[in-house]
Amino acid sequence: MDELSLDLYKKMYMIRKAEELIIKHYPEDEMKTPMHMSMGEEAIAAAVCHALGPEGQVFGYYRSHAIFLAKTRDPDMFFGELYGKVTGTARGRAGSMHLAAPDKGFMHASAVVASSIPVAVGAAFANKQKRNGRLCCAIFGDGALEEGVFWESLNAACVMKLPVLFVCADNGLAVHSKPEVRHGFKTITEVLTNFECSVFQEDSTDVEVLYGLMSEAMESAKSKGKPSFLTLRYYRYLDHIGIAEDFDVGYRSRAEFEEWLRRDPLVLQRKRLLSNGWTEPLLAEEEKRIDTQLEDSVRKAREAPFPPPSELYTGVFYEAD
Amino acid sequence: MRRIDFCGAIREAMWQEMERDPSVFVYGIGVPTHAKIFGSVTGLTERFGPDRCFDTPISEEAMTGFGLGAAINGMRPIHIHIRVDFLLLAMNQLVNMVSSYIYSTRGQQRVPLVIRAVVGRGWGQGYQHSKSLHSYFAHIPGLKVVLPTTPRDAKGLLISAIRDDNPVVFIEHRWLYWAVDEVPEEPFTIPLGKGNILRHGKDITVIATSWMCVEAMKAADILAREGVSMEIIDPRTIAPFDDSLAVESVRKTGHCIVADNDWLDCGFSAEVAARVSEKCFGQLKSPVKRIGFAPTPCPTVRCLENEFYPNAAKIIRAVEERLKLKPIDLSKEDFYSHERRFKGPF
Repeated sequence: MDELSLDLYKKMYMIRKAEELIIKHYPEDEMKTPMHMSMGEEAIAAAVCHALGPEGQVFGYYRSHAIFLAKTRDPDMFFGELYGKVTGTARGRAGSMHLAAPDKGFMHASAVVASSIPVAVGAAFANKQKRNGRLCCAIFGDGALEEGVFWESLNAACVMKLPVLFVCADNGLAVHSKPEVRHGFKTITEVLTNFECSVFQEDSTDVEVLYGLMSEAMESAKSKGKPSFLTLRYYRYLDHIGIAEDFDVGYRSRAEFEEWLRRDPLVLQRKRLLSNGWTEPLLAEEEKRIDTQLEDSVRKAREAPFPPPSELYTGVFYEAD
Repeated sequence: MRRIDFCGAIREAMWQEMERDPSVFVYGIGVPTHAKIFGSVTGLTERFGPDRCFDTPISEEAMTGFGLGAAINGMRPIHIHIRVDFLLLAMNQLVNMVSSYIYSTRGQQRVPLVIRAVVGRGWGQGYQHSKSLHSYFAHIPGLKVVLPTTPRDAKGLLISAIRDDNPVVFIEHRWLYWAVDEVPEEPFTIPLGKGNILRHGKDITVIATSWMCVEAMKAADILAREGVSMEIIDPRTIAPFDDSLAVESVRKTGHCIVADNDWLDCGFSAEVAARVSEKCFGQLKSPVKRIGFAPTPCPTVRCLENEFYPNAAKIIRAVEERLKLKPIDLSKEDFYSHERRFKGPF
């Protein structure tokens, strides 16, 4: 029985179930923060964060539920922040769009497309100067490829020979717009072959395939001393924002979704575990443990107090301990 | 005491901080190339190596985010822009990312990032090489904004900015680069957020920024001959802005002129006027007067540019109006002319 296989599955399971709890409780109108749901992206987040390890640093964006839980495994802080309570990562200042935990290596999440990409590059520069061996990774959607700062950051990282990971979590949608109206190139992978970076691409939703690829990309960045760029495809199960499906509004079909659902990353990994010797009762027990933990996190978040109004004015500038 | 120019003071501050702290590094477009940012980075690459003083792609936004990333990972970056105008390309990073990062961590993470930017003027700089924009930056909570006037202030404030654990925008007027003054050789700091009384007086208060301090000093010399005693306050840091010196001075003189090296509308001069009006309401003998750029883009040709910029003569006329004095004959006065020193091109 492979511990890695189980660990990756547990990460994905926690992400999926946490979002199912969001869907359940969001209508109660207690989590007042715009949710960009990760459902469908679990394998990418779990693979990338697991490969980076606790020492690696990740820079995310507004769709970061999966990244946060994969990197921190801390649903108490996760739900605390979504409920805007003092138990949250930023005691309610950040909400869903700016989930981060710098002390656990999730450095920042920006709600403006592509904006945290250059920050990852600068952080990678600092790590290189300090020779501490820590790797930085920027995760962004395919919409980021249209932002000037993406190209600026990629170019700078290449010319400066920085070992930084660029992960494009490509769901083929920018809000509701498809690549045909956004991209003046065929594939980003082809374009990048002329940049001084290593390029990887994968359409699989198999978390272990992605984990292997990310590990290879990290090794390549370290040994070659230059950036690695990964384009990883996935399907966004829910609307751009909010907790609902949106197959009825016309820009995509349920049939398309169902096609992807056949290779849902959790289903694939669960099958693998079962064929690798895990029994149904053992898996159900692991899942139950996570269910209980998450329900407990939601309960604690709901019961926790809001920050006092006086907190508004604190921490605009650095406050020495 | 040893005398050096403003440019040398800037260079010395960076040099001494780089000697003291290996996490300090300097970067920006064209930084190590032969022009050396008007000489303000001369010798840094040779002394500290290309990892600590280096050139970048022409990518203002990315390289600003880069500075944030390096700062949160323990470095102390100094990012240099040869013109303030170019910083507009980095406003997303400055305003959406840099200014709010510390707040997002509830004040727990340091962002020791310094952004040096030079204000251009004269010899045809025109409308994209002449802005100061300090009010833009000062409007945003989370950014500190510093505008030194004297060489001593330039050194002491820059050292403070580098040692500060928050992002600091440091705005340097190109014409001040030639100003020479006594500057201590050893490293020293001047606290951010504290103003300076450039000249003591009792009849009228002029609160001036950057180059306008030079114009105010000239105006004060001329008016002194007529028996008018002008007090000049240089805030030096406009965010956070400590208005206590200005308020104290206006309570004493009863008259207030704000001479800002910027446009007036919604600008720093309006902030000063509002605070003085609020805090000195009963003591004001005349309404606060504001002097700044004409409300137009900056033209290139000299004859129009002369109309665009405020100057010492304009300050003198404002003082006369406030104190109900007859206009002085200024036809024999020798005012500053940059062409004596600055023949371009940049």
